[in-house]
Amino acid sequence: MMGGYGDVKLLNDDGTRLDGRAIDEMRPVTAEVGVLPAADGSAMVTHGLNVAVAAVYGPVEAHPRKIQRQDRAVVDVRYNMAPFSTSDRIRPGYNRRSREISKVTAEALESVVLVERFPRAKISVEIEILAAEAGTRCVGITAASLALADAGIPMRDMIVGVASGKVEDTVVLDLDKAEDNYGQADLPVGILPTTGEIAFLQMDGDLSPEEYDTCMEYNFKAAKEIHEVMVDALKAKYDGGA
Amino acid sequence: MVELVPSLLRQELSNLADVDQRIDGRSRWQSRDVKLEVNCLYNGDGSAKVTWGDTIVYAGVKFEVRTPWPDRPNEGSLMCGAELRPIAGRKYEPGPPSPESIELGRVVDRGIRESGCIDLESLCIIPGEKVYGVMIDIHVLSDCGNIFDASALAAIAALRTTIVPASTFDIGDDHPLIVTKAPMMCSFTRVGGRYVLDANEQEELGGNERIHITLGDDGHLHSLQKGLKGVFTPAEFAEILDVAQQRCTELRDMVSAMEAN
Repeated sequence: MMGGYGDVKLLNDDGTRLDGRAIDEMRPVTAEVGVLPAADGSAMVTHGLNVAVAAVYGPVEAHPRKIQRQDRAVVDVRYNMAPFSTSDRIRPGYNRRSREISKVTAEALESVVLVERFPRAKISVEIEILAAEAGTRCVGITAASLALADAGIPMRDMIVGVASGKVEDTVVLDLDKAEDNYGQADLPVGILPTTGEIAFLQMDGDLSPEEYDTCMEYNFKAAKEIHEVMVDALKAKYDGGA
Repeated sequence: MVELVPSLLRQELSNLADVDQRIDGRSRWQSRDVKLEVNCLYNGDGSAKVTWGDTIVYAGVKFEVRTPWPDRPNEGSLMCGAELRPIAGRKYEPGPPSPESIELGRVVDRGIRESGCIDLESLCIIPGEKVYGVMIDIHVLSDCGNIFDASALAAIAALRTTIVPASTFDIGDDHPLIVTKAPMMCSFTRVGGRYVLDANEQEELGGNERIHITLGDDGHLHSLQKGLKGVFTPAEFAEILDVAQQRCTELRDMVSAMEAN
């Protein structure tokens, strides 16, 4: 929800943001794979103060049978915020927001996983947000991609989750909590860094077509940086430390 | 399909027990390595991560301001819940809270509550009108056996580093939550006919009943729970209680050492 425009000052007089970043500067990102021994593949990604952990189980035979697809695997995603992940405690359990995010994330991941290799199978992707500070769906997608790679699931490409938006009529990369709450627009996307395609797209707020273009330019620039962090994380586990 | 693996595994575990060995090479009363981190979650008022062998558990503490129960107008409240979501392992399914997760949360809750480590009257803001509710949420991320002990350790470690976010509720300055004791849980599982400390995933799969013991600083019992099918003798309980006393002291020392840093 983009509300409260004009109420809160989000840019400093020198054009920097409240946390000191430049308008096209991303929060720091770290990634590690193989963090959960119980899972077939797993990853932890931090993005600024956000912490997301993803686990992959499968492919296994899809149950119940009505969810099976004769020609491909189904990717079953559950995005969940831990009760202690936000400033106000979240009641455990699904809500409309987490259901929607789970659905569109699953559809994004199905676009890159070679699902036709595993007819009638199910690949479960569990995304848990342990700390939330704006942009959790993007961090979740990044973590899920890494967990799928760690599980050895064949994919056309990984997906990098990243967002840009608008505050005080200025396009900025990677909104933080205050900018998300009081800004004018938010444009989270999932980018395939190798092909340059987009597998995930949401937006709310108010953007001119020109502002949209600037957002996307920032998003692609950031996706490239995050992709390097992701590749390094995989190399750290599988290539003897890059 | 489900039966086949445990029957082979049971036989193997039984053979090992006959020669006083365990499937991962540990001795009978030996725990796996335990690693504790606190203040690891940005939005938790208190938080802890426990890595117990390959088992990984987080605990986070949050506060709310609520009206007290009519029969306890001067007391705040404490609630400890656990979530066993599908991320924790392939045996967990999505859906409403399972009996297993409810049992886990309640056993940990009883150990903390009954130890008296938190003075509920200190959580009173205005008698009869406003009190704090303390909520401890346990989040199991990787279940490779003995999530009970890992959860109990994460919960008490998180509580002991908790800052009451009073300023968030306009009730004054933030201050540390006063936690006077450190109750610790120690769990035993019957594997191959005898009890072992800290069963791993295979031992739980091929084992029988389990017993959870929570002990206070003075060695007093604060919560007991027998889970799963099986029976035990008083002599067996006396034996594991002795082990639990020693092990709980070690765990408490670990928490103290960490807090001293």
